Amino acid sequence: MLEHDVLVIGAGLAGMRAAIAARASGATTAIISKVHPVRSHSNAAQGGINAALTDRGDEWEDHAYDTVKGSDFLGDQDAIEVMCKAAGQALIDMEHFGVTFNRDDEGRLGTRAFGGQRRARTFFVGDFTGQALLHVMFEQLIKSGVRRYEEWFVSSLIIEEGKVCGVMALEIRTGQLYAIRAKTVIFCTGGFGRVFEPSTNALICTGDGTALAYNAGAELMDMEMVQYHPTTLAGSGVLISEAARGEGAYLLDKDGNRFMEKYAPNMMELASRDVVSRAEQTEINAGNGVDGCVFLDCRHLGEALIMEKLSQIREIGIDLVGHDMIKEPIPIRPGMHYAMGGIRTNIDGQTNLEGVYAAGECACVSVHGGNRLGANSLLDTIVFGERSGKHAAEASRDSEYVEFNVDEAVRKEEKRIQGFLDRPQNGDRIASVRLAMGESMNRNLAVYRNEEGMKASLSELKDIEKRYETVPVDNKGKLFNTDLIFALELGFMLDCATPIVMSALDRQDSRGAQARTDYPDRDDENWMKHLVIKRGASGPELSYAPVSITQWTPEERKY
Amino acid sequence: MDVTIRVKRFDPEVADPQSYWQEFTVSIEDNGTVLDALIKIREDNDGAFSLRCSCRSSICGSCAVRINGHAGLACKTQAATAIKDGVITVEPMGNMPVIKDLVVNFDSFWDKIMEVEPYLKPEGPEPEAEYIASNESMLHLSDVTSCIMCGSCVSDCTVLEVDPSFLGPAALAKAYRFTADPRDGNEKGVSKDRLEELTKPSGMWDCTRCMECVQACPKGVAPMDRIMALRDQAMEAGFTNTNGARHTEAFSDSVGHSGWLDELRLVPKSVGMTNVTALLGYAPIAIQALTHGKMPPIIHKKLPDAKNVKKIFDKVEKPMERD
Repeated sequence: MLEHDVLVIGAGLAGMRAAIAARASGATTAIISKVHPVRSHSNAAQGGINAALTDRGDEWEDHAYDTVKGSDFLGDQDAIEVMCKAAGQALIDMEHFGVTFNRDDEGRLGTRAFGGQRRARTFFVGDFTGQALLHVMFEQLIKSGVRRYEEWFVSSLIIEEGKVCGVMALEIRTGQLYAIRAKTVIFCTGGFGRVFEPSTNALICTGDGTALAYNAGAELMDMEMVQYHPTTLAGSGVLISEAARGEGAYLLDKDGNRFMEKYAPNMMELASRDVVSRAEQTEINAGNGVDGCVFLDCRHLGEALIMEKLSQIREIGIDLVGHDMIKEPIPIRPGMHYAMGGIRTNIDGQTNLEGVYAAGECACVSVHGGNRLGANSLLDTIVFGERSGKHAAEASRDSEYVEFNVDEAVRKEEKRIQGFLDRPQNGDRIASVRLAMGESMNRNLAVYRNEEGMKASLSELKDIEKRYETVPVDNKGKLFNTDLIFALELGFMLDCATPIVMSALDRQDSRGAQARTDYPDRDDENWMKHLVIKRGASGPELSYAPVSITQWTPEERKY
Repeated sequence: MDVTIRVKRFDPEVADPQSYWQEFTVSIEDNGTVLDALIKIREDNDGAFSLRCSCRSSICGSCAVRINGHAGLACKTQAATAIKDGVITVEPMGNMPVIKDLVVNFDSFWDKIMEVEPYLKPEGPEPEAEYIASNESMLHLSDVTSCIMCGSCVSDCTVLEVDPSFLGPAALAKAYRFTADPRDGNEKGVSKDRLEELTKPSGMWDCTRCMECVQACPKGVAPMDRIMALRDQAMEAGFTNTNGARHTEAFSDSVGHSGWLDELRLVPKSVGMTNVTALLGYAPIAIQALTHGKMPPIIHKKLPDAKNVKKIFDKVEKPMERD
């Protein structure tokens, strides 16, 4: 029997940090991931990681205030305080682990400016900070002695009487199904970006953990808050880092005007992401774009700076749209990028289910509220990954494995999976059903939303869920059956989609990433609260939770 | 744009599994990538077609395959530029066994990464704040840490093809990432233990400098250049008692002194003058050379312009001393 005190699901930055912390606290720890850890999507974070270092005159309170303001005052201030206080040590830990951060002239860690912040406190490795951090975290994972299940897919969570027992997991290479017992489970499965099409997210970002937890009775929070990043590339929609604007790039309309003057006269291109994305969409809607895009202009930054600090996004522009940012502006548009919402947790990663934790993008602490600041996501993964790992290790020290009928659990799951393989070949293809879902979400739950559109999506999703029940799986084999994995992932994505739409429909104001044309103003009197959604006996149930306010009174947001 | 793509398939679950070629024509955007085409096959034609892929922007390292015979990332290769005689040929990477279709088994790849103890090992106490290091040193390292472990270099390594025990370009580049890190090793940033380990057989001296890894790497890591830098570091740290190090010194001594290579003495100088067993191993080659009239002259004469060659050596070696 495979069993571990702490089982971490997902091996991105949050997951590996959690596993390392749990192991260091003495718990027998394993980490399970459907891809090899270094393939995880933390890789794609380009710009950097925020921290206020006191030895260079910055204060964590300033970072916290910028984060609170960025969240449009929906972020929980107690959690934000925890994150911003811990940031300095988290950053230094990563440097000591071996991250090759860019330096200043004195050989100390160098910074760049980032959106929504009044001073430069974003530490970085070129324009591939996430990859640099992820690989170093993997090095530390190797050193830690944590058991790794690489390319194993968690297909269900086993819960008995509200307590976690373990998971069912498929070893992808062999197709063999296993029950893994665990005293505590930490979900670090990343975002659900692929629910939208297009999205900057990798193809693996299918909300697995969010769906597994939700289906087991965990509460989700802030699900309506979906970040559209201001600079995603025309066509495929891959990410072009905010680092470009951090280094001084301009946003231009079709006539070459810096339109941000109209929307954020002080911060200009470095206003918070929701503000910039709305500005772009407004310009595009007014006919001031070209083919649904505006332009990111880096030419004045010069070749030397671009080659030192932005070389990878330059390559992406050349590879994917044939534009060299040294010589010409590149076409960009707002695109789905990040989920502020997710599995509701406290500051130690605990959910409402005993023994179940969550950290990173799949979790909602909530430190990002209505809108996440750039370079706060890497910080979130490391701080709350570590806290969850520590807490889970301690909790498992004083607890026993919850008994469950292993044979029956395996049989039941084998039967469910065989059901996918046994389907007739006449249903709609997996890809077409996913596309229908993604396009519906991107049509009606993007930068601007309204009741009519969202209701249309809600009813389209009902139809899409029906079509999902008959999607065929072409591959009937066991070994490396990715076709089966896609079918299971699509189920997870659909589980995430409805809570997003229902939450967005319920919130009748505009705040952070949610901009409703039918409720254009922020309404603190009625809507200064979190939306919580939970799977009830007869479907999703919505409720409300208060926002933690410690020292910053909500005020009108101007950049 | 319609593209025709010829893929090598392999299904391990049929009786007597054999790889075979299959051709598909799919429709993608004009500036679409090879990955877009492969995904189309999977989505529209055959869901049983297996490949790894994730980020679509050259950062996760999942989709390395051989395109027209050379390893690279499918997501970084524009389909239009990859069409040769009307077709794009895609097959799994080399030097790693195939699991299914384009999916290869990375076990040997990761085993070798583990062999170089891939984590920072500072010998002194940690500073309270960050280590102080020059931006140049970090930028130099970042050119190596930008390796995404996609396996392209290992796929096309010509040494691994004949000697699977070779550490290979990815693991050696990873090792260099630590030996060149001012934070690793002793207070001067010299990682002596690592360098000693890497000078052993199957390590840094087994690279034949064929450049395939440099060509294949989609991230500009240039693994072979890192292996050459490892050799310099090892010799500088005093690890000169290896075939490779002696070979390098004998080579440069001979050319520096006489202006050209003394092939006859290169072998004994490389393997060691008293290493009779190894020297005897070269006897068949020597006899073959003799019978084919390719025996180098017994008396090695200095070239008339040897002085000028010496001048070149002096010039090259000067900046190296400054390092």
